[in-house]
Amino acid sequence: MKVQQISIFLENKSGRLATLTHTLSEEKINIRALSIADTTDFGILRLIVDRPDEAYLALKKAGFTVSETSVIALEVPDHPGGLASIMEIMAGAEINIEYLYALPEKKTDNALVIFRVEKIDKAIEVLKNNGIVVLTGDKVYGL
Amino acid sequence: MIWNRPMETMSRDTLAALQLERLQKTVERVYHNVPAYREKMQAAHVTPADIKSLEDLQRLPFTYKQDLRDNYPFGLFASPMKEIVRLHASSGTTGNPTVVGYTRRDINTWSELTARMLASAGADADSVIQIGYGYGLFTGGLGVHYGAEKVGASVVPISGGNTKRQIKLMEDFGTTLLACTPSYALYLAETIAEMGIAREKLKLKAGVFGAEPWTEEMRRELEYRLQILAIDIYGLSEVMGPGVATECPVKNGLHIAEDHFIPEIINAETGEPLPYGEAGELVFTTITKEGFPVIRYRTRDISVLYEEPCHCGRTHVRMGKVSGRTDDMVIIRGVNVFPTQVESVLLSLGLTEPHYVLVIDREGLLDTLEVWVEVSEKMFSDEVRKLEKVERKIQRELESLLGVTAKVKLVEPKTIERSEGKAKRVIDRRKLTK
Repeated sequence: MKVQQISIFLENKSGRLATLTHTLSEEKINIRALSIADTTDFGILRLIVDRPDEAYLALKKAGFTVSETSVIALEVPDHPGGLASIMEIMAGAEINIEYLYALPEKKTDNALVIFRVEKIDKAIEVLKNNGIVVLTGDKVYGL
Repeated sequence: MIWNRPMETMSRDTLAALQLERLQKTVERVYHNVPAYREKMQAAHVTPADIKSLEDLQRLPFTYKQDLRDNYPFGLFASPMKEIVRLHASSGTTGNPTVVGYTRRDINTWSELTARMLASAGADADSVIQIGYGYGLFTGGLGVHYGAEKVGASVVPISGGNTKRQIKLMEDFGTTLLACTPSYALYLAETIAEMGIAREKLKLKAGVFGAEPWTEEMRRELEYRLQILAIDIYGLSEVMGPGVATECPVKNGLHIAEDHFIPEIINAETGEPLPYGEAGELVFTTITKEGFPVIRYRTRDISVLYEEPCHCGRTHVRMGKVSGRTDDMVIIRGVNVFPTQVESVLLSLGLTEPHYVLVIDREGLLDTLEVWVEVSEKMFSDEVRKLEKVERKIQRELESLLGVTAKVKLVEPKTIERSEGKAKRVIDRRKLTK
């Protein structure tokens, strides 16, 4: 039920994203979703790709500081209040969300959102019990 | 192992008598052979006959690097050129290079000193010694080389640079002792890990590292990463080159070869001699050199002298690790800051890679200090707040030690320039606007 996310340390200077995306393109790795958190000096790029383990190794080899983290991908009903209902479930179970970002969804009417939470196993359990669709890694990588 | 037991473990009294006799000869020599020394002594109203005890050394004027430049190239030599068999020189980026000359006997003395140094790190005839110090005008390479041959080791005179080849030969030749700068040793360690070479493939047992100041924390790092005994060595070409002082395996200060040099610690501002145990500028007088003797040479290195006997059996005084240089020191908002202080903070926290650079700038009238540090795999997180927490932690530690505000900037791995010789630790941008 967990999805592997790749995070990369990026200094705020020109050309770094170009080098990074070039490395992935050389390895024929496809990016499914991305988000950047930035400060004045550096940024952390988070990626969901089709082959996370290979992406991790390729980036590491290219000299980037990389880590792999488990996140969850949820189908969120694409209408007002859709995200709110999920947030209520999480809040009720006292699950802290570190960050989240949306993913382009092509096949259904639902939106896809990536959640990075503190207690991931508990989160998955609670969400499933409440009828929320938690996507498997394979499903997300193959989108 | 002690290379020259009679000399290195001589009683303090016998040593003092030997020093006085040798000092008197040296003062005679420079007074008669070197006009520049004679003029300085005459101006200070001292003659060789006034040197009746070791304390009288303090009556002699200091020698500065500027004296070497003013007398470029051979003005301070105390032997005729036909007796000089070797010349070494500094790079001279800020004016004339400083030139030093050696007679055949000086070269023998120097080989003896570097042999003591290598023996102290455990070298013998079975050792394979890889010399990663630069060969050429710099004294590091050739200085260690002669000592390595004297102990009978197999010498690999690879010089600095060409890191992959260094490691290949280290593996293929079974190098047991490495001699280079500590920053280059760290770079080698990093590259060995990167190349995926298992430690068992290397026969490395010890390293003698010098030519730049380094910290205890850096020693632990090198000893851990390379699984070796890391020995600090000290020397400067104006005095001799490597071998002036060397640590013993007790690792509690560097024994100064007192049968060849008389060390003093002085207050750098007033020139007043300081007692044992107090930090100040290290000053050397050579007492056996023929070609290029120096009297009370101001090294600009900051250290401490300890006279307590050492467990290793050597009786020569110990100098503490050089904590910085009076001219390497940067003054930020009136506070003296040494790059080695930053190094000790980073290594003791162990959160980042030990590669760093101090960037000093001026915003309006205020100096700013930024410390660039490389992120390491183990501290990297996908969460911004965790990285910022690390930055703040380093910052707090730095500020409490340095007494000056510092901003920590995390940079990508391998972006801080690796040195194959002396590391560049300071970028002072204030100079550009002056």
